[in-house]
Amino acid sequence: MSHSAPASVSVVDHDVHHQSPTPIGFWIYLMSDCIIFGSLFATYAVLGGSFAGGPGPKDLFEAGFVAIETALLLISSITFGLAMLRADKKDQSGTLMWLAITGLFGAGFIAMELYEFNHLIHIGAGPSRSAFLSSFFALVGTHGLHVTGGIIWLVTLMVQIAKHGLGTANMRRLGALSMFWHFLDLVWIGVFSFVYLVRLV
Amino acid sequence: MADGYVQPAETFSPIFGRLTLDWIPYHEPILIATFAGVALGGLVVLALMTYFKLWVPLWRDWVTTVDHKKIGIMYMVLGFIMLIRGFADALMMRAQQAMAAGGAEGYLPPHHFDQVFTAHGVIMIFFVAMVFITGIMNYVMPMQIGARDVAFPFLNNFSFWMTVSGALLVNISLFVGEFARVGWLAFPPLSGASYSTGPGMDYYLWALQIAGVGTTLSGINMIATVLKMRAPGMKLMDMPIFTWTTLITNVLIVVAFPVLTATLSLLTLDRYFDFRFFTNDFGGNAMMYINLIWIWGHPEVYILIIPCFGVFSEIVSTFSGKPIFGYKTMVWATACIMVLSFVVWLHHFFTMGSGANVNTFFGITTMIIAVPTGVKIFNWLFTMYKGRVRLEVPMLWTIGFLITFTIGGMTGVLLAVPPVDFQLHNTLFLIAHFHNVIIGGVVFAVYAAVSYWWPKAFGFRMNDTWGRRSFWFWFTGFYVAFMPLYALGLMGVTRRTATYPDAGWQPYFIVAAFGAVLILLGIVSTFINFYVSIRDRKQLACGTDPWDARTLEWATQSPPAPYNFPFDLQITGREAFWTMKQQGFTWPTTGYKPIHMPKGTAFGVLIAGLALVFGFAMVWYIWWLAILAFVGMIGLGIFHTFNYKRDYYIPAEEVSATEAKGAAA
Repeated sequence: MSHSAPASVSVVDHDVHHQSPTPIGFWIYLMSDCIIFGSLFATYAVLGGSFAGGPGPKDLFEAGFVAIETALLLISSITFGLAMLRADKKDQSGTLMWLAITGLFGAGFIAMELYEFNHLIHIGAGPSRSAFLSSFFALVGTHGLHVTGGIIWLVTLMVQIAKHGLGTANMRRLGALSMFWHFLDLVWIGVFSFVYLVRLV
Repeated sequence: MADGYVQPAETFSPIFGRLTLDWIPYHEPILIATFAGVALGGLVVLALMTYFKLWVPLWRDWVTTVDHKKIGIMYMVLGFIMLIRGFADALMMRAQQAMAAGGAEGYLPPHHFDQVFTAHGVIMIFFVAMVFITGIMNYVMPMQIGARDVAFPFLNNFSFWMTVSGALLVNISLFVGEFARVGWLAFPPLSGASYSTGPGMDYYLWALQIAGVGTTLSGINMIATVLKMRAPGMKLMDMPIFTWTTLITNVLIVVAFPVLTATLSLLTLDRYFDFRFFTNDFGGNAMMYINLIWIWGHPEVYILIIPCFGVFSEIVSTFSGKPIFGYKTMVWATACIMVLSFVVWLHHFFTMGSGANVNTFFGITTMIIAVPTGVKIFNWLFTMYKGRVRLEVPMLWTIGFLITFTIGGMTGVLLAVPPVDFQLHNTLFLIAHFHNVIIGGVVFAVYAAVSYWWPKAFGFRMNDTWGRRSFWFWFTGFYVAFMPLYALGLMGVTRRTATYPDAGWQPYFIVAAFGAVLILLGIVSTFINFYVSIRDRKQLACGTDPWDARTLEWATQSPPAPYNFPFDLQITGREAFWTMKQQGFTWPTTGYKPIHMPKGTAFGVLIAGLALVFGFAMVWYIWWLAILAFVGMIGLGIFHTFNYKRDYYIPAEEVSATEAKGAAA
């Protein structure tokens, strides 16, 4: 037996402080979300070639447009990082400023995505056209919905930071949102490579 | 349709969507009678609650509670209510098939029979089995690790009410509209927009999506609880087996349920927005759905059974008066099952035609799962070996499980052989197999758990005689109901048939129906047992440790105080409560400190209530209401985050008073 110490139970006389379970809980949530994306990626992998006589990636995607879109999101991750640095220094206005900039970059990304979706539907390449387009819209759209949710969260948290400052609770929330934001960035790198880059090469 | 059933015409109005009076099934006597019964029963309950002035306590102490014990009990109540519903469906099917032989039509028209078997499967898996195991894990696990609550108490309350919303949506479909007619996993293209018109399939989707949110969040919550909330000193390898199985099952939940969410979302997109994932045309692929849904579905059966293994481990060890045999092999066997459960999904459709090599791979992985499961069976047997086995009611269920589950496991290994599966696929043999493992495994475990932990939850035992009656009715009822289905399956009888031409099959179906009646008596015995036990609670009162148990939940009062433990415990080694008894541990009676606890909140039930409205509105295309409800959910959720005061301290004097009262009891 590896148990060298004999079993014992005693009352603890000092206060027991469990570490906050939020970071690990949020990590686990992100992993479950990752599996949703995994399912959508798998669907795209299986159905991505089913054009049903309709347009394919080379007819629809423009590398330059997607590159700018990607740049917006990647830069927003950097600005979020800067916000975290300010928050660690307890610089409230600096934090809020970088968060606002992050939100603007996120909104720019969403605007470009909406423009692209609108354009595709307009030229008859909507999700009903083929299984390929269905899986494209589902994967990219789910990511877009996440970013939209992230922006709503970000605005909410900015209000809360303005109201309550950078206390323990808000720092915990900021940490969670930061993980969420970088996670979405990471998923987008997968989308960018797998949906756009590979198909355009 | 063949029975002359005509679906109400598809209409749309901006206010009511596609909901019209034609969708209220007032022309179906069975449903009207059911509705009258439910409405009357509901009225009686409402009247009694008003008479005894129970509304405020119900709202304050139960609906808005974040106490894991109360939430656990509410899960169990929900499970038993839905068991009645699901079992009523089972009885209807058994009665129909006992009658409808050799040209006879039976009493259920096909479109109704199809809804019944779909509802039966959906309810029994999602709203009975899942609900029961979640309830047991909620109740027991935090106390086994010496914690005061779960990691995220508000989330726990919210998860529960989301599950309730899903369950309500399924039940609403009984009286407003219809339910799906597609089988419990809703394979497309049958479940797609072209072949499943009407609201039934949409009820299915939204009920499962709403309940699924609850399940996933609860899974995250439980993992974080086990990882972060253990008593100081308790190592992972010191945890009780039930806590281990809770951890592993919730890992499976968190990994598998997102796949279900994604899959059902894709089908929803197909149905609502003309996407082409699983359609026959435009490049869709229905087999993609079937693969995805079973990538969730196979782990799901292990999600159900693994905590049950934990329940039996606790019981067998307690009633044999010995530590569990092979603790480490038990943990590792469970972990192996966790991993293997993700590489067997294709055995649900060997007939897809993926080729001999693929089928061989999945056949072999399936058979391999029998190895860790066998390890467990032997561990339980060796725990009993040379132990002083006490045949109390929980132990009866355990022995019933060992026999029944082993038989079910063996028919499963049989089905894992692809050529055999080609013969038995889609027959009643399969139905017999999975009921053999789910009834023999999950249902028996739930009954065992209820009788085992009931004294912990309420401070008195359950009536022994009615407990034994319940066991013997269930046990014999199971064999009488399902052994004929094995025989019928070998004769080639397919599942889900409302009628059949061969009158030679009828005797088997009649025997099976008789078995269902025996099971009914088992369920009735259970409810009588609840009544008798609560009535005789004074005589049945027992101390905090009625079974001479070994794990930490028994170190609390019965019923446990809101804070579970008056002091934090420092723990080394396994079987903490056994250790406490060995070293003559007594709780200090002075020196209490204020205890930090989470506050109750109404946000969980409010947001989940809006989710129910949202689901209903989506089913009926009532877009304005759906938008309102959705915005309301998000708004309430955000509003809740502005509440920073979520905890309070139970004063030391109150702890002292509670402990004194418990010691006197």
